[in-house]
This record gives sequence, C-alpha cells and structure tokens, in this order.
Amino acid sequence: METLAMHISNGIINGPVAAIFAVIALAAMAFCVVRGRQDLDDRLAPMAGLVAAFIFAVQMLNFPIFTAGVSGHLLGGALAAMLVGPWVGALCVAVVLVVQALVFGDGGVAMLGLNITNMAVIGIAAAYLLIALLLRVLPRTTAGLAVTAFVAALVSVVVAALGFVLQYQLGGTTDLGGNLAGLAGTMAVSHLLIGIGEGLITATTVVTVAKVRPDLVYALRALKPATPASVPTVGGVR
Amino acid sequence: MTLRKRSWGFVVGGLLVALLLAGVVSNFASAHPDGLDSSLRKGCTFDADDEITGGNCPAQEEREHEIGGPLADYGIAGLDNDFLSTGLSGVLGVLLTFGVAGGAFWLVRRRGPEGARAGADPAGAGGQPDAGRPSATATGQG
Repeated sequence: METLAMHISNGIINGPVAAIFAVIALAAMAFCVVRGRQDLDDRLAPMAGLVAAFIFAVQMLNFPIFTAGVSGHLLGGALAAMLVGPWVGALCVAVVLVVQALVFGDGGVAMLGLNITNMAVIGIAAAYLLIALLLRVLPRTTAGLAVTAFVAALVSVVVAALGFVLQYQLGGTTDLGGNLAGLAGTMAVSHLLIGIGEGLITATTVVTVAKVRPDLVYALRALKPATPASVPTVGGVR
Repeated sequence: MTLRKRSWGFVVGGLLVALLLAGVVSNFASAHPDGLDSSLRKGCTFDADDEITGGNCPAQEEREHEIGGPLADYGIAGLDNDFLSTGLSGVLGVLLTFGVAGGAFWLVRRRGPEGARAGADPAGAGGQPDAGRPSATATGQG
C-alpha cells in the first residue's frame, strides 16, 4: 500500500527553517483573520466553509499530467481568492492543510508552516494580484472571467512550487551538491503542467458559480469595473 | 430572508458536490506521486514497498508522520475495501473541513452595526453587506 503524501513531509526541511516558517505562517494567518473579518458576514461565512470543504475534496482528485508517472492535484489558492477573497481564501486553504496534517497524516505537523506559507500565503498572493489586474483589463464577459481564473491559477501553482525550492535552499536535509537547479527545474516543469489542470478546474468552477450565483463570487463584487456593465448584484446597487 | 435561504441552498448543493467528489470520484484519481513528491524522489531508486534502495534525492531523509491516525493516507484503518475506505475517509474529511472552517468563520464573522442592521431588517439583508463592501475593499487594495 503506497502512501499518499501531497504536502511536505517530515524530515524534508530541517527543524529551524520549519520553525521560522511556522512563525511566518502564524503571523500571516493572524493578519488574514483581522482583514478577513471585514469581509466575513452572515453570507460569506458559510460560503467560505463550503470553499474549504470543496478544496479538500478536489485535492483528493489527483489527475495525470503528461509526464510519465507523475500526477497533480488542485492547490485551490486561486479558486479560494476568486470566490471568497484573498484574506478569507488564505484561511480556507490553511484550514484544509491543518485538517490534512492533523487527521489525514498528510504533510508533517512540524512542516505546516512551510506548506501554509507556500499554498495559503505565496500562492494566494500571486493569484489575487493577477485576479485584481486581469479583471480590470479584460472584458467583463464569461471568457474574461475564465481567462482570469485560468491564468491566476496556473501562475499561483508555479509560484507556490518555487516557494518550496526557496525553502529547500534554506533548509533542505539532503546535500544535493549545492546545486538546486535540478530540483527547481523538475518542480517548475511539473507544476507548470499541474497549473494547466488547476487553471481548468478553477475556471470551470468559478464560471459555474458566476452563472448560478454571481453575487457569491467575491472577485466580481469587490473588483467592480469602471462602467458597471453586466454584473448582476442582488439588491446591492445603491 | 429569501436571499439568506437561497445562499444556504447553494451551500448545501455545493457540499453535496464536494461529498460526491471526495466520496466517489476520488477512487478514480491517479495513484502516481504528485509534482512535489515525484520531484523529491528524483535521484533515488525504490523497491516494491516504496522504500529507498539507493541514490541521492531530497526525499531520502523523510521521516514518519507525528500522528498518523485512523484516517492516515486518506483511508479508514482496518477497512479492507479500498473503494469504501477512500470514499468514506473523503466524506469524513469534507464534513470535518466544512465543520471546522464554517464554524470558525461563523464565530469570527463581522457582527458590527451593519450585521445588526441586516439582521433587524430582513428586506435589506442582501443590500447592506454589498453597500458596505466597496469601502471595505478600497482599504484592502491600499
């Protein structure tokens, strides 16, 4: 029976570096609680719970990428940032990682700070910067929304993967001869391919939610266009 | 009030989709190591039990998980039926994640003046949070 490890396992990064990133992650999540509270109302709270549960579910669905013997799965950062915003979205991804580490033996508990930093902090930051940029420059159409979700998801996965390479540079436990180019290369290429899958899943999900309940897509509410075109808000127009 | 109800309807519907994905579709997921795991294993050779037999790779110092537990590796310990084991662990994970995340978000949610007004005036429940949002996000962008 093979083990299914999706996240950084114990022993991959040394203790001191893992501890430093635990502090970084804790500070970042505390900040997200403070900022996220401004977004969290009676409507967003259950939606955010759903987003976390949905990310947990889809992370179980490893899909093959076009490299022999390698699979990928959703990280969920761009999806969460799109649907519930960057602050609450980061908390959603962090909750998933905590549940996986504490209950499902996936990702060392001592490595939680590293995993949270990569996927909930770096991944979400990259995703939301791109979402904010693209939603302003692209046309306010379904295609524009889909492209935004796809690009933000793809880039966020690659950036999160490079976050791990940086962590390995700082505290990797195996001496790779001082040469991280090989690791950086395989991480970047495999996560570029995974990013395509992430982009397709994210775009499909976001477009579906936007069709059913556009008012539940945070990015469409928060990043209003200069000309309020076809964004239906339910009783929210002043 | 109707908006509130429809929001909950959406959440319940979404939860059912998540349960289906984690409970059933998860059994058709690829069993190959993911991008991170495969990158870490590159350079080492493995035997049939997935133990490292030689080489030099980032995964070679990997250690056991601190907790493990009955749901470790997305299965139910002692349940021989792989389909049920994976599916049930997925269902439990979705419910647990929803409970933990939804519960925590519900507890820390904003219940300031806006929230109180929205609660007291059901007809305006949908409008109030939206009206307050642009200013909140304007600071968020800064």
